[in-house]
Amino acid sequence: MSEPVYDVVIAGAGIVGAACAYACSREGLKVAVLERDFIGGGATAAGMGHVVVMDDSEAQFALTRYSQQLWQELASELPADCEYVRTGTLWVAADEEELIEVRRKHQFYSQRKVPSEILDSRSLDAAEPQLRTGLAGALFVKEDAVVYPPCVARYLLERSRDLGARVLLGKEVIRLDDEGAAFEDGTMMKGAVMVNAAGARAASLHPDLPIVPRKGHLLITERYPAFVHHQLIELGYLKSAHKSTADSVAFNVQPRKTGQLLIGSSRQYGMDSPEVDRSILSRMLARAGQYIPSLPGLSALRVWTGLRAATPDNLPLIGRCPGYRHVFAAAGHEGLGITTSLATARLLIDQLMSRAPAISSEPYSVQRNIAVHG
Amino acid sequence: MAELVWISIDESPVEVEPGTTVAAAILQSDTAGFRRSVTGEWRGPVCGMGICFECRVAINGQPHRRSCQAYCESGMVVRTK
Amino acid sequence: MTGPEYEVVIVGAGPAGISAACVVAETGRDALLIDDNPSPGGQIWREQERHGSNWEAAHWLRRLQLYRVEVLRGATVIDGDPDKHAIVCETANSVSTIRYKKLILATGSRELFLPFPGWTLPNVMGAGGLQALVKAGMPISGKRVVIAGSGPLLLAVGAYLKKQGAHVLAIAEQASWARLARFGLGLPTQPYKLAEAVQLKRALFRVPYHAGAWVEAALGETVLERVRLSLSHRRWEAPCDYLAVGFGLVPNIELAATLGCKLSAGCVQVDPMQQTSASDILSAGETTGIGGVELSLMEGRIAGYSAIGDRLNAQWLFSDRERMRRFARRMQKAFALREELRHLPLEGTLVCRCEDVSYQRIAPMPGWRAAKLHTRCGMGPCQGRVCGPAAEFLFGWHCQSTRAPVFPARIDSLIGHKEE
Repeated sequence: MSEPVYDVVIAGAGIVGAACAYACSREGLKVAVLERDFIGGGATAAGMGHVVVMDDSEAQFALTRYSQQLWQELASELPADCEYVRTGTLWVAADEEELIEVRRKHQFYSQRKVPSEILDSRSLDAAEPQLRTGLAGALFVKEDAVVYPPCVARYLLERSRDLGARVLLGKEVIRLDDEGAAFEDGTMMKGAVMVNAAGARAASLHPDLPIVPRKGHLLITERYPAFVHHQLIELGYLKSAHKSTADSVAFNVQPRKTGQLLIGSSRQYGMDSPEVDRSILSRMLARAGQYIPSLPGLSALRVWTGLRAATPDNLPLIGRCPGYRHVFAAAGHEGLGITTSLATARLLIDQLMSRAPAISSEPYSVQRNIAVHG
Repeated sequence: MAELVWISIDESPVEVEPGTTVAAAILQSDTAGFRRSVTGEWRGPVCGMGICFECRVAINGQPHRRSCQAYCESGMVVRTK
Repeated sequence: MTGPEYEVVIVGAGPAGISAACVVAETGRDALLIDDNPSPGGQIWREQERHGSNWEAAHWLRRLQLYRVEVLRGATVIDGDPDKHAIVCETANSVSTIRYKKLILATGSRELFLPFPGWTLPNVMGAGGLQALVKAGMPISGKRVVIAGSGPLLLAVGAYLKKQGAHVLAIAEQASWARLARFGLGLPTQPYKLAEAVQLKRALFRVPYHAGAWVEAALGETVLERVRLSLSHRRWEAPCDYLAVGFGLVPNIELAATLGCKLSAGCVQVDPMQQTSASDILSAGETTGIGGVELSLMEGRIAGYSAIGDRLNAQWLFSDRERMRRFARRMQKAFALREELRHLPLEGTLVCRCEDVSYQRIAPMPGWRAAKLHTRCGMGPCQGRVCGPAAEFLFGWHCQSTRAPVFPARIDSLIGHKEE
């Protein structure tokens, strides 16, 4: 018996692949998802799981905000193990200079109707007593949330399956072209449209995709309920983490629904081994300790690393792959894949259905002119 | 015999022989449930050797301490939950 | 990386670690023995330092003093860097990096716990666990105890508890009489073991010992009240104060795995010189395979000689070690776990005690990592040390997943451990 021809064949069952599968299934398309390992086992499991609006660029803002609104729609139906909590984000300003950035950000978000509020030093102390005193203030971005991504990916695929999608685990795709997906054993799965949603491995299927791994470290603690209340990020994050090609660390702590604290973050280029780098881990935790003096006394359960699929301009690749007629990419989401997964799926399905998207999809086009790293 | 050690367990004074672990002291005070699990079940010590983390209590205000691995010291304040 | 350097660092102060340390120290070399317990002796010789009665333990602990082996107590090795020949030790209020020329891992074993209905009730404990707690001051006199599980440890624990005044109501050994008899027939090749067996039998006079018997359920509202056993052809139920269960032992291989030592069948792989696959790291005792005190002492000595480059003395002990390993293999066969134990948990029975994850949530998962990520099984503070081996037995998964730190550690210990 030969395999049926699918409307959409998706390589990768991470959060992006799952979101695409769900979006396509809801349109009545016949979907197959192929995953080499298991659901959400790659960057989806390794990341922090934040749903944040970002303002590095207009394009990044548009995508993150659109996606955040899609998350808010989805939130009510998510099962408890998805741990969706609207914690909000506090962008913490250490000094007057960073406070200027707080005001700029506030204005930027206010103009675009994103609810946010400036906290002065005193109200920041009151909001997060564990932060060191004497910080200059913070911007409270109210609709940001945290979520547990592997369970969301599973939920989206379960819903897709209910709508007729086929999810094949332990099935590694070695080639994805206009015909379909090819496997190691010489067999193929045919599709009208193929989607590369293989995360950090996307470039191994299509080497033309400008994706490089950017390694990150995370640590999770024992349960300390109500230790902090919001996602906390240092404003220096923008300077240190996103705008540099050198290894960097930044203070980023999340309260999880379990009462645990998730502590990040680090960024390293040119590394694809999963090993923990003790030196950058130490720097990352010391940085967190500078903001939360009692943090070094807490008990750490686990440390792990993950690879972000980074592009040169920090925007994902969503659309037709160069050189193919039926192969699309939904990859290169760097550290924002959880946030932007839902919008990615919408932009993809709008392209497949030849509909006008809710936001312009131009900035994320695979064929866009990307400033390439030196 | 060496002098007894006084500790406080849930605000009750308990005297034990030196070399008694906090877990053993709690069991001496006839408490079987040391803590509540993440879904609220009572739990007590299991492995007795610091592996299972079931016997966790707060010692001198520090949460998540394994009571089977800590010896009683005079004036220690222990809280089960 | 800074920190003191020793010629030989030994992790684990049980029989294997102690004998290795003595061999090294005898030759005047500096050895450091590290243990996370407050006193040396490991689980088997626990509390021996204070009120010991075991002559063999006393002998080895005396030698440890005689050779002035430096012992670092209450110190947990949380991480290591084999390329730099360094390990990181956390104590109650400090962290230190210790460098070695040779490292001997003698981290011993822990009990295997298998889930059954009611196993999470307070006062259901490990067999070795209950013994350890009694040694540490837990009152047991006059208490009713049922012991269940598998292996020779059940008898030793039963004898110990009885001596301390407990009413041991029953000992339930899951292995059948037929298997035990086959095992028993081989005993005369080990006269020492036979004497031990006879001694135990005497100590357990009038304690009902059931083979082919296992625990079906622990019953009680919020604390253990009754125990139900399956004996051959009948059920047995009785009220009791404590249930002590242990289904054998599991090697503690987490540190070895973190340092990159190859494993096979859940044990650290070693060559005849007790050398692991990682350079300058050796391993001895239960970590390399469950075999008891005598084999641990023997492997420890060989590892000690091996670490100081004394091949001749090491080789001299090979044949003794081989004989003990054969005995250990027979023992493992005799106490092999029966199929029925796989079917003890009900759908709602918890498998992961840290995160309260039930059997029915874990069973449909494709494997250990998926179970961890999707159900939180093994994600709690025990880091899967309890539910990992259980899941391995129940589902046939490969449950080895080590992540730094080796044990939960203070964040400042991870900050302090950095390259200078």
